[in-house]
Amino acid sequence: MKIAVLSGKGGTGKTLVSVNLAATAASACYLDCDVEEPNGYLFFKPEDIMEEEIFVKIPVVEESKCNGCRTCVDFCKFNALAYINDKLIVFDEICHSCGGCTLLCPEQALSEKAKNIGIIQSGSSENVTVITGILNTGEASGIPIIKKLLESIPVDKKLAFIDCPPGSSCVVMESIKNADYCILVAEPTIFGVHNLSMVYELVKLFNKPHGVVLNKCLAEENPAESFCRENNIKILGKIMFDQTLGELNSNAHIAVRENLKYQQVFSSLLTAVTEEEQNAKTINS
Amino acid sequence: MMKIVMPVNEKSMESEVSVSFGRTPFFLIYDTESKEGVFIDNTAANSPGGAGIKAAQIVVDNKPDALLTPRCGENAAAVMIAAKVKIYKTLNSSIQDNITAFIEEKLSLLEEMHEGFHNHGAK
Repeated sequence: MKIAVLSGKGGTGKTLVSVNLAATAASACYLDCDVEEPNGYLFFKPEDIMEEEIFVKIPVVEESKCNGCRTCVDFCKFNALAYINDKLIVFDEICHSCGGCTLLCPEQALSEKAKNIGIIQSGSSENVTVITGILNTGEASGIPIIKKLLESIPVDKKLAFIDCPPGSSCVVMESIKNADYCILVAEPTIFGVHNLSMVYELVKLFNKPHGVVLNKCLAEENPAESFCRENNIKILGKIMFDQTLGELNSNAHIAVRENLKYQQVFSSLLTAVTEEEQNAKTINS
Repeated sequence: MMKIVMPVNEKSMESEVSVSFGRTPFFLIYDTESKEGVFIDNTAANSPGGAGIKAAQIVVDNKPDALLTPRCGENAAAVMIAAKVKIYKTLNSSIQDNITAFIEEKLSLLEEMHEGFHNHGAK
């Protein structure tokens, strides 16, 4: 079972939820798909780290074959190519590695070369296999790394938690594409509702069974909770705004490994999530 | 004869210099000798990405001697350098003031290129 944890913005609690759920399970895999700023490893401090370099293909021009027809320049939607002073210039960092220019070149003047865009690190932390994607600064897209991350879940791990990038863009879509269930983490503010509605639209579009974790809850009224009620969205659990949790988290401790109360909070959350996923499976089958 | 290019907000000599190079709606191509200007559309303005590169391609295809702009991204600057087009920093938003200053050789070269606002300015 693959469970994706997402939210419309950063700092809502995706990492808190996914790290603590993975640490609560008897055995799990934690995937950090937030490849532009991965931070789950800071909590897990994984050991026995293995590293793999990730490559994409980018075009190279053989100048003697290029006749300046500009088919490639006109084709590239990202404007990664320019034809200046009778020479084709390729902007490596702008290229999204679609391969279109190489395919379309009528003179076969373009070929592809491999370019390193980042790494994947895997290691272990007690009961959890921790796999982290790290995109090099300045690269156009983390999608090739996310694809590789999702292929890296060890076969013996029946439960995987996918810590998604914030927002609802293509990197998030890639991260939830093969997920069995999506957890949406929401803050108790009007801004939080706006962000929740973005990811809610996304999971509906992808037909993913989903539920919400209300984070940083206060005693007063919670606009995110009202949004869930209005839209009949399952509330999986609530995490109260709590200084103890804040301190544990800011010191990079995993709450469930240090604190009995949070063991119980995340244990009930894990039960709620697995039950919901099973229900969704039964309904869909 | 010198041919200069400027990003401008409207198709008029009374319009203002655009604050953006890559996403300016129009370019003014001005001949300092005949004192004639033509306006062209910047088809790069609505590109999802790499607008600066495409805009620079459009400018370079008009074979100017110089580009007058308040700012320019690194990639667009790389195109200008490859095309041997000099980049000058505009003084103010007035098209005429900048043309006059260019003719009187009072404009200085634009030396600072910005890294772009990809990643929504969070870089």
